[in-house]
Amino acid sequence: MKCEDLLRMLNDYVDQDIDPGICTDFEVHLKGCNPCKVVVDTIRKTIRLYKNDEVYEVPIEFHDRLHQTLRDRWKKTMDENKEN
Amino acid sequence: MKVSDLAIQKKEDQELVALAQEGNFGAFDTLVNRHEKRLYSHAMRILQNREDAEDVMQSTFIKAMEHLPQFRGEASFSTWVTRIASNTALNVLRKRNGLESVSLNEIVEENEEGFIPHPEVIADWRGDPSKIVEQRELQEILDEAISNLPEKQRLVFILRDVIGMSISETRDALGISAANVKVRLLRARLALRERLTYRFEDPQKRHLKTHSHDGDEEKSTSAKILFQSYLTG
Ligand SMILES: [Zn+2]
Repeated sequence: MKCEDLLRMLNDYVDQDIDPGICTDFEVHLKGCNPCKVVVDTIRKTIRLYKNDEVYEVPIEFHDRLHQTLRDRWKKTMDENKEN
Repeated sequence: MKVSDLAIQKKEDQELVALAQEGNFGAFDTLVNRHEKRLYSHAMRILQNREDAEDVMQSTFIKAMEHLPQFRGEASFSTWVTRIASNTALNVLRKRNGLESVSLNEIVEENEEGFIPHPEVIADWRGDPSKIVEQRELQEILDEAISNLPEKQRLVFILRDVIGMSISETRDALGISAANVKVRLLRARLALRERLTYRFEDPQKRHLKTHSHDGDEEKSTSAKILFQSYLTG
């Protein structure tokens, strides 16, 4: 396997969506090619940093408004259902 | 209606859904509390605008409320509400982009991408980023990196890697081919990796352009050329 082949299959490897045989070739290449290994490692780290990303706080005044809106809607829907 | 607040907060989503379906607002409200931060973060990542993200949140939970009676739990509540939120956010984006919205759907040659991430910097990182920079700085670095991606790449990366959709779900959400999803995803990942490497690299471990690894000059050079031809080609 060459670096080019590895790049082409980088997503599949990182996402573990790869044939076991090809996966072995991939790993053999990584053992002998440090730049590719570093690219794979740092891509994994990059994805991990963004994954399950909950970095934004819901603005508190919006949070309050949202929950009030939902409460009003809920009540309205319930009342309509009762009427029907 | 008389389930105590504390008891509600301990319940699994599934039980809360059942209670909400019986008319318990507290249960629904708890579900909203539990998922709003994650969904808000996703909406912010997609729309990069606070007002739009707030609108998306409100419509998402109103839709969830309206469709709750039909929710049968084939997927988890989390997956279900995430799907509503991302579709709502993408629709807002399409509307906001106006005429450009076409570009979200059409199959374009990827050569048109304005930004091509050549892997210039190949270096291991000097540690766990969450340990080497403060949380606030880390967020700024992540924001900066992702907001510099072309929209097409950014959306694919968010749907696939941040929100966790499959390739086919991403394809359906964006109306592009699976092949395009994969190419855009690879470019996005490489571009982000590169940007973050600039910030987190261990300079001692950088592979210089002229550096030959394992004493194999030919291999190293060809790797670089191939990286480039792959990305530009
Ligand atoms: Zn290689």
